[in-house]
Amino acid sequence: MRGRRLWAWLALILGMIYFALPLIGTLEFSLRMRRGEYSLDAYRVILSDPHFHATFGFSVLMALGTIVLGVLLVVPTAYWVRLRLPRWRPVIEFLTLLPLVIPPIVVVFGYIRLYNTSSWLPLTGSVGGTNLLLLFGYTVLALPYMYRAVDTGLRSLDVATLTEAAQSLGAGWITILWRVILPNVLVAILSGAFLTFAIVIGEFVLAALLNRPAFGPFMQLIGANRAYEPAALAVIAFAITWLCMGLIQLVTRFQKHTQIRQR
Amino acid sequence: MSSKSGLSWLGIVPFLLFALLFLLLPTMNIVVGAFRNQAGAFTLENITNLFQPSILSAYWISIRISVASALLGCLIGFAMAAAMVLGGVPGWVRGPLLTFSGVASNFAGVPLAFAFLATLGRLGLVTVLLREWLGVNIYAWGFNILSFWGLTLTYLFFQIPLMILIITPALDGLRREWKEAASILGASNAQYWYLVALPILWPSLLGTFALLFANAFGAVATAYALTGSSLSIVPIMLFAQIRGDVLQDPHLGYAMAFGMIVITGVANLIYIGMRMRSERWMR
Amino acid sequence: MAFLEISSLQKDFGSARVVTDFDLAVAQGEFVSFLGPSGCGKTTVLRMVAGFETPTSGTIHIDGQDVVSFKPNQRNIGMVFQSYALFPNLTVAQNVAFGLRVAGRPKAEIQATVREMLALIKLEALGARYPFQLSGGQQQRVALARALAVKPKVLLLDEPLSALDAKIRVSLREEIRAIQQQLGITTIFVTHDQEEALSISDRIVVMHNGRADQVGTPFEIYNHPATRFVASFVGSINVLNGILLEPERGIVALLGDVQVHLGRPLAGRQNDEVTLALRPESVTLGGNGGGVQLKGQVESVNFLGSVIRLSVRVGGNLMLLDGFNQPSSPPPKVGETVQVSFGAEDLMVPGE
Ligand SMILES: Nc1ncnc2c1ncn2[C@@H]1O[C@H](COP(=O)(O)OP(=O)(O)OP(=O)(O)O)[C@@H](O)[C@H]1O
Ligand SMILES: [Mg+2]
Repeated sequence: MRGRRLWAWLALILGMIYFALPLIGTLEFSLRMRRGEYSLDAYRVILSDPHFHATFGFSVLMALGTIVLGVLLVVPTAYWVRLRLPRWRPVIEFLTLLPLVIPPIVVVFGYIRLYNTSSWLPLTGSVGGTNLLLLFGYTVLALPYMYRAVDTGLRSLDVATLTEAAQSLGAGWITILWRVILPNVLVAILSGAFLTFAIVIGEFVLAALLNRPAFGPFMQLIGANRAYEPAALAVIAFAITWLCMGLIQLVTRFQKHTQIRQR
Repeated sequence: MSSKSGLSWLGIVPFLLFALLFLLLPTMNIVVGAFRNQAGAFTLENITNLFQPSILSAYWISIRISVASALLGCLIGFAMAAAMVLGGVPGWVRGPLLTFSGVASNFAGVPLAFAFLATLGRLGLVTVLLREWLGVNIYAWGFNILSFWGLTLTYLFFQIPLMILIITPALDGLRREWKEAASILGASNAQYWYLVALPILWPSLLGTFALLFANAFGAVATAYALTGSSLSIVPIMLFAQIRGDVLQDPHLGYAMAFGMIVITGVANLIYIGMRMRSERWMR
Repeated sequence: MAFLEISSLQKDFGSARVVTDFDLAVAQGEFVSFLGPSGCGKTTVLRMVAGFETPTSGTIHIDGQDVVSFKPNQRNIGMVFQSYALFPNLTVAQNVAFGLRVAGRPKAEIQATVREMLALIKLEALGARYPFQLSGGQQQRVALARALAVKPKVLLLDEPLSALDAKIRVSLREEIRAIQQQLGITTIFVTHDQEEALSISDRIVVMHNGRADQVGTPFEIYNHPATRFVASFVGSINVLNGILLEPERGIVALLGDVQVHLGRPLAGRQNDEVTLALRPESVTLGGNGGGVQLKGQVESVNFLGSVIRLSVRVGGNLMLLDGFNQPSSPPPKVGETVQVSFGAEDLMVPGE
């Protein structure tokens, strides 16, 4: 009994050391820019770099766009499948899991071949088109997380009864989706949204291969040319990921409270 | 309502259209391209061309890194999850560890490479401390963060947490009564694990291994930011090919991508199959 | 020394004392039930016998051996859990074979025993199934067979029937009792269902707040409850408070002014308060029930099938009385004034 607890602590502590070291190492490294003393110089350089502002802003916009498009695409579909087309569920679920199976680099390779300037839909021919293509690509990447979150949220609702109740009060489809279903799966959507944000904000492969000025390729560029700034970037990126996960925890906890109150 | 039901499939048309245009068709395009020559006729030549030493070795090193990081990720993640669930440690360990695993499993890509460079690179904290405090120069011993083991060690940073996240519910599913029933029937602890616990966990373990394998196999950003093009693994080779057509033959690129789909596809099929099996038992 | 002997057993969880001064001697082949409300410590005693919990103090002897220091897997005890606890990865036959397999018995012996056990629980045809393909009742029978396959010295069952529905519960408890008698195995059966305990046990231990309030045959427990708790927990009961008028002649004043002659001396002094108890079936509607005659008003009528239960307000007290259903004479209506009667000798004095 006591021996088992000893081994358990040993495993946990060794694991925690493995996880803590890179974080401490990165933090320490990011402060080392000025010779002989710790300073925030690396952060100052990064934060005042106009490319940082441009690429970070671009990626934030992309992430928000992805979230909006993802919600528009996933919520009505998941709702409709639960309500009317339960037979289609396996198909839809399979489709939403595919992005986990097909590596993103293959998907974007397909985009480049399919939507190049000489194709029937020359999306890569213009900046706007390429941005749109990137947005679609990110939505594909986010699909598994978004769909799973929303579908789990819908499972805990009695979709059919809610819908009939709303219909009996004279609500139309848009109203039902917007006023009844959406608020009830809001927490699920928010969890999906924060996860999507964390994934999109630092994404590299799609943006690099579609040649868009996103945060991921910017980081890679800095990494290839500078010494201390990459560490600062890693700290910032880690903080963003942590923030997104923290927000997910927060909203799920909030949901638990409201659920108890509803009963 | 019933009058509309004949057309109710229209409700998912936007989604299906989106999936068709931006997921299925692009992938099909690659798959079909892998079996076509420049002139557009059917051929197996692209596939056979994969079997040239440089590409084969890229696949081989990719597979080795993926297997190593998945295997170690499974073992270490399992040890940590088991310590947390079964090890008799206080309950407050659980929340923070799971939250951290959620963060770390999503902390991949370019910044992860930076973190490991800053830690285990030539000037990294651990490298320096080991040299100054213990007089151990790991680089003189042949370690290099831009190598097979360096990349594996880096991938573990998201592989272990992913394992913890997936295997913890399975460990929670091991009921205390099973252990008690086994021991009252005369079984030792080892016999319980060998005859009951491991067989129950086996589908989850194998499935998670497959998932971690696919996860590592498809990863590009970390490897690219860490090693540039110095380590020829499949995704990086493909990345370079897409950027600059280094292989001269785009159809060879299709074939490489096709090979990736096959490998990650098989891994994921194993994962899904195993998941279904373990759920059947657990009802 | 009895086959299974528990003496001065005590168990603390932190500062909470969960089992206190628990003594019990079980003869070989006896079927003893632990009966008591939720949280009274039944499971804890059972788990100490099994070896999953270590007693804070006290001893447990099985077949003359002190087993407190033994691990569960050294005690040769069979146990059946409330939640079946079948191994989901093994078939029915493999589950039953488990104990023999880990003991390293020869294959032929294992096969023979498994066949014998499956015949015992009448599931010969289902040996190749997995637990998830069985009903709850079937799973619990397999769990019983698994526990019996190793020929344990003692069989422990912790509320084995409480997850099953009512019909199966009755048939399975009889099956368990029949198998127990056939094998002559020493058995402890935990339940909080008094009917279950009364119907199949040789003896019952009524537990309350970690103590054994009374140990006795179902007949003794029901008819001569040792404490007020036992009287009220086992079966329904009317509790009547009275004043002792003449201890040596056994005369008590009940319900204010009704004098009752118990016909036996009572402990206590004159004018002491006494508590008397009376089973509903000892009270009769009308005047033929015995020497004590009372009048009251019917407050409710519950038709329970073969039995009709009335509650009648007599003086300030509510009295329950059970009568057999007779198609020819319908029960009185609510609000009617009726006469009830009982024999003074049916009055029980808890602890007497
Ligand atoms: N491991 C433990 N730690 C602390 N307290 C415990 C533990 N196990 C049991 N208890 C407490 O001991 C008391 C007796 O529990 P026990 O499980 O023996 O009751 P029981 O008679 O089996 O009840 P039930 O009919 O509900 O199964 C309860 O108050 C319970 O809360
Ligand atoms: Mg209990």
